[in-house]
Amino acid sequence: MTTIQTAVPKPHRRYSSIAAKKKTFWLTTMALPGAVWLLLIRYLPMFGIVIAFKNYRAFRPNTFWNNIIQSEWVGLKNFEFLKSPDTGIMIRNTLGYNILWIILGLVISVAFAIMMSELTSRFLAKTYQTLMFFPYFLSWVVASYFVLAFLDPTSGMIPFFQKAAGLKATNFYHDTTWWPLILTICNLWKNLGYSSVLYLAAITGIDTTQYEAAAVDGATKWQQIWHVTLPGIRPMIVILLIMNVGKIFNADFGLFYNVPQNSGSLYPVTQVVDTYVYRAYANTHNMGMSSAAGFLQSFVGMICIIGANALVRKIDAESSLF
Amino acid sequence: MTTINPSARKKIKAGSFSLNRFGPGAQAAFHIILALFSLLCIIPFIFVVIISFSSEESIRQVGFSFTPVSWSVEAFTYTFRLGNALWRSYFNSFLITIVGTILSVAITILYAYPLFRKDFRFRGFFNFLSFFTMIFGGGLVPTFVICKSVLGLSDNYAALIVPMLFSPFNVIIMRTFLQTAVPTELIEAATIDGSGEYNTLVRIVLPIVKPGIATVALLVALSYWNEWFLSLLYLNKNMDIMPLQYLLMRMQRNADFLAKNSSMLGADAAKAVAQLPSQSLKMALVVFIVIPIACAYPFFQRYVVAGLTIGSVKG
Repeated sequence: MTTIQTAVPKPHRRYSSIAAKKKTFWLTTMALPGAVWLLLIRYLPMFGIVIAFKNYRAFRPNTFWNNIIQSEWVGLKNFEFLKSPDTGIMIRNTLGYNILWIILGLVISVAFAIMMSELTSRFLAKTYQTLMFFPYFLSWVVASYFVLAFLDPTSGMIPFFQKAAGLKATNFYHDTTWWPLILTICNLWKNLGYSSVLYLAAITGIDTTQYEAAAVDGATKWQQIWHVTLPGIRPMIVILLIMNVGKIFNADFGLFYNVPQNSGSLYPVTQVVDTYVYRAYANTHNMGMSSAAGFLQSFVGMICIIGANALVRKIDAESSLF
Repeated sequence: MTTINPSARKKIKAGSFSLNRFGPGAQAAFHIILALFSLLCIIPFIFVVIISFSSEESIRQVGFSFTPVSWSVEAFTYTFRLGNALWRSYFNSFLITIVGTILSVAITILYAYPLFRKDFRFRGFFNFLSFFTMIFGGGLVPTFVICKSVLGLSDNYAALIVPMLFSPFNVIIMRTFLQTAVPTELIEAATIDGSGEYNTLVRIVLPIVKPGIATVALLVALSYWNEWFLSLLYLNKNMDIMPLQYLLMRMQRNADFLAKNSSMLGADAAKAVAQLPSQSLKMALVVFIVIPIACAYPFFQRYVVAGLTIGSVKG
């Protein structure tokens, strides 16, 4: 950073201070469009959080700010939804699925990455990577049709097989039994390729002389993986863990909304915080309550990220995010 | 593909094989596991393609099947007769993706470049402005209400483009590309030669970070192409601007959506509805939506992998 030293009245210093100001000005204009977007679309709604503490309704003139100002304070009344049994279920679902998927995702994708890095055929390794990454680029709307092709009550492959075998066809979109498994498969199907590739990139970054040194010391391949590969990708594992723990109260809306076809009878196993907030607003137009739920989600999420990061910094300062 | 023979398995357990490579048994096992999962990843798409080419008669007889009793292109000929609703949303998807990507890439580069300049006075401020939104937000409802009633993002193309114009994640990717590709000396030299800031950015910096721009552009284009949530939130009346993803989603919600839309066909509407190959038609639309991605995928995969790797490490 150039400091402006007006105390030293040398001509070229004065010139450079003007140049510095000019530079600051032009660089600021570059950042401006993005900054305006951030202020309007990200920061302005943060003030909208007051809706969570008010009984928001329409007044005259019916503009947003006027409504906010005129609506009366209700304190924590909007947070009373926390007492309802539905809330317990949705929190259980959100945390349960997230924890299960963080563990499964970590173990399987690290295993896949190690396998891919050990293949002698580069071509096949590349092919697997390409195929595995493909689902990541599809939307949940498209994926929901893939699931429908297997589960559709009238023509879906599985119910049809059941009928052909003389069994009673499962009505998947009304029967909660299989959904924890189906959602888990969908999540892994979509995201494993992506996380495997991330870990693979980390593995390729490990200095190969470490493996040679280990081999010279008589380490078997399995020992090399344990003592060289896994420590080598530890920063990546830690970073992805923090990010996932920080998002532990967030769920993939599309997965929980589109894949089960928004089916009401599946709510006990598919309702998560994100769908709850959306449905609270879309179905009942309860702005106060849905804002309160959304605010809690954001707030707890922030604490989770900061907490996880602080923890990581204690264990291994270099791996922390900020 | 070979299977694991018992002796190889014993060797793996005993660890008595070449030290820098796994033995052939382990290699084979890896191949089998990875190949199976890879197949699993694309089989649903292949299945949907097969269904879209199945005749309605076959679907009645054997359901959705990998081996339909008879084939038909009826579903695809029907998409052409379905006319406006489909083609308009296809057009909308392309329009939103193209316009959104161009604007978004421009804004992202313009924001990332000053953050990359270590001699920029407000670097810390703008960095924090963007970073903070990654860990805290106003939540769905306040954001929605502000966008809709204060910013007027409702039932227009802007509502489907503006909320996704900027992403701190993409700024980080872009900034990292700049940091690795552009030496500070180059910019200093340009400044000494009297190049203005915009001139330096456009003439000197951008040509160097073309791979970074490609990466960000592809990530943004993908997220616009796959977008349906904004439509769900902001489209209430004006369904003429609905993108393909949302059309597909509504079709699922609403069983007689197709029937309603084909009533636009005119005189022989009733007949048309009766003959509607509705099951395979839905799957044909899925194929339509995936095809642009599947075609471009082999080319963009490399860039996207590079970008996501950077983004996840630094983000």
